[in-house]
Amino acid sequence: MPMIMGMSILLACQTLGELVARGLTLPIPGPVIGMVILLAVLLVGGGVPQGLRLTGEGLLRYLTLLFVPAGVGLMVHGTLIGRDLLPILVALVGSTAITLAVTAWVLSRLQVRFRRERG
Amino acid sequence: MSVAPLDQLWVYLSGQPLLSLLATLLAFLLAVRLNRLVGGTPLLHPVMLAIALLIGWLRLVDLDYATYFEGAQFIHFLLGPATVALAIPLYDHRERVRRLLMPLLLACVTGIVTAVTSTLGLGMLLGARHETLMSLAPRSVTSPIAMGIAEQIGGIPSLSAGLVLLTGAIGCALGPFILRLLRINDPAIQGFTLGLAAHGFGTAHAFARLGAVAGAFSGLAMGLTGLLTAFLLPLVTRLLGLD
Repeated sequence: MPMIMGMSILLACQTLGELVARGLTLPIPGPVIGMVILLAVLLVGGGVPQGLRLTGEGLLRYLTLLFVPAGVGLMVHGTLIGRDLLPILVALVGSTAITLAVTAWVLSRLQVRFRRERG
Repeated sequence: MSVAPLDQLWVYLSGQPLLSLLATLLAFLLAVRLNRLVGGTPLLHPVMLAIALLIGWLRLVDLDYATYFEGAQFIHFLLGPATVALAIPLYDHRERVRRLLMPLLLACVTGIVTAVTSTLGLGMLLGARHETLMSLAPRSVTSPIAMGIAEQIGGIPSLSAGLVLLTGAIGCALGPFILRLLRINDPAIQGFTLGLAAHGFGTAHAFARLGAVAGAFSGLAMGLTGLLTAFLLPLVTRLLGLD
């Protein structure tokens, strides 16, 4: 039964997250709030039950597969993408490269300074 | 025993969720194999390959996306619990996260502002339409969040989801190269950067290629970026007068 227990915990957190998101009309999706809730529960409870680890890590291992159905939806937008192909491509590639470089650089700088300040 | 004609069988099968569910799994398996065959290059990301295979197949057998999604939604649904499960690696590495919390938050805000302004800037410069621009804006955020944001600021949610995936694949292709160029060897920084710029794709890449620490930080970056962008982006578009 550990897998069923694990899945139940994940779904319970997601349900709670959806309720919070809907109830407070937050612009944040329920699963993300569910993640925060699960993290809080784990921090309070002081450990990850084995069933939860089994199910959770299993799902995370195949995370990329889960994006496929939404991605096939690109086929519906063929014409729109075709009309704005150049700006879309340049913005995607250019901005992703800039974002990667800036984030990595800023974080490594901050980390070095942070370590020095702490001694 | 009477044998049903083939076209009748096809009519039955194509109306069933079973077929698209099976096709999705097979396309993914095939894509992973193909990717390995060409040396596991991130330029041909298995997910993009699987998506291309499926779109090709759907066009070939003349099935529309709505019918396909009736079956594939069972896989899509698991994105929810998988997002929740990101709390597990975060919990495992909580000490390191706590120690680095301030630098991580600052880097996250910088990264988000960079992503949004460079996307909108490049898009506007090249004359993208308003709805395209608004669908592009949340592109570095994990797709369920991006879809919500796009709807809020006047983009097309499903187009956003697709652009988010393309961003993920591009981030996985460019990420290792850029990290090497900047001589970043710390798996925590590598993971965080990938998770911020390439959401779930980056996180999956970090888990698979860079190990559990990188994966945990990547998951953290993905969650934080999603949360913060949901709040920041509507403000940025308003500031730029793009409402």
